[in-house]
Amino acid sequence: MSKIAISLTVNGTPTDLLAEPREQLADLLRGGLMLTGTHVGCEHGVCGACTVEIDGVPARSCITHAGSCDGAVIRTIEGFGDDAVMAALREAFACEHALQCGYCTPGMLVAARDIVLRLPEADETRVREEMAGNLCRCTGYRGIVRAVLRVLAARRQGFQD
Amino acid sequence: MKPAPFAYARPKGWADALKLLAAGARPGAGTQSLGPLLNLRLAQPDTIADLRHLPDYAGVALAGGVLRIGAGTTHAAIEDGLVPGRVGEIMAAVACRIAYRPVRNRGTIGGSLAHADPAADWVAVLPALGATAIALGPRGERRIPTAGFVTGIFETALTADELLRAVEVPVLPAEARWGHWKFCRKVGEFSKATACVLALPGRAPRAVLAALDAPPLVIEDARALMADPVAEANRLLDGFPGLTAWRRAIAGAALRHAVEQAGAA
Repeated sequence: MSKIAISLTVNGTPTDLLAEPREQLADLLRGGLMLTGTHVGCEHGVCGACTVEIDGVPARSCITHAGSCDGAVIRTIEGFGDDAVMAALREAFACEHALQCGYCTPGMLVAARDIVLRLPEADETRVREEMAGNLCRCTGYRGIVRAVLRVLAARRQGFQD
Repeated sequence: MKPAPFAYARPKGWADALKLLAAGARPGAGTQSLGPLLNLRLAQPDTIADLRHLPDYAGVALAGGVLRIGAGTTHAAIEDGLVPGRVGEIMAAVACRIAYRPVRNRGTIGGSLAHADPAADWVAVLPALGATAIALGPRGERRIPTAGFVTGIFETALTADELLRAVEVPVLPAEARWGHWKFCRKVGEFSKATACVLALPGRAPRAVLAALDAPPLVIEDARALMADPVAEANRLLDGFPGLTAWRRAIAGAALRHAVEQAGAA
């Protein structure tokens, strides 16, 4: 099957590449652009490991095929280096032991950042519901939930950094 | 777990999309259901026609007491309040429990309805709201009541040359009472049993029983269900003889909870 031309902006950099239409965004990012921070788990939209930002909102890169991304603005875990909310989440994940093997962590962080920004008043029940789309096989989730709650609480108290 | 090869087409207008459909293309919107089927190779289309960029594919317009919701409107947009009024309140509460937010950001109401997974949410909720599906084919638009839209498991009343363009939902008065209950073992999973009840002043209540591995059962006059939910649920569930005991129990609970919610509001 012939390849098609795809234009993406990935982590702020405009990128033109050729892809087979059937390639999923996760594979384009990992194989085509060597952005291996995006992980591939279940490949049917359930586990959340592949979650990246597409046009400013989190989405599953394993069930978003190349053609449908043409023209999109993508941000992967590698693209949050200068983001204060993500910095706070990384620190909270470390403090709360919110990861062990780390496989789920990039997707967890992208989903968690969305929760922190979209639902500033979220309580533990809401955080657990909202994070239900990201599976972790190491931690039992308690550390992850505590980490997200820690950042929410800090922001409510006005500690922005 | 990688799709079989397919060609990709992005139609610029609806006429273009219908031509692609006539040539055998499979329509795709958010691909949150189609994507897994592609990866699992349960679907192996030659071409995917990406509808997402069609004019007026997403968005809501209010005219003549009817809300016309573009088929490409995402669950997340509905969750965030795009649909106004009492209908919007009801639909937002449903949308926020569809799958997960990253899925809702791309998944669409029309894609979900046309995909016709019996366990999905809009296939149950839209008939309860009295909604109409707007199909577009070579001869123009055709209106299909959503109560009869899903004809089987993954089967709809759309003909092979038609696309789902929009759904129309009648505006509801503020006092419309609503019940919706579904059972998922884990947040975001597909439902194992879903029930909806809509009660309007001066009208017979309408109910839907869904997610039982069959097309939704629409009960246009649910007065008997409201009067005696336990007995009537038992009678209705006799129409689903293949259900295991636990599934039947959950389906009965879904009906009772939905009736209770619609009665209490």
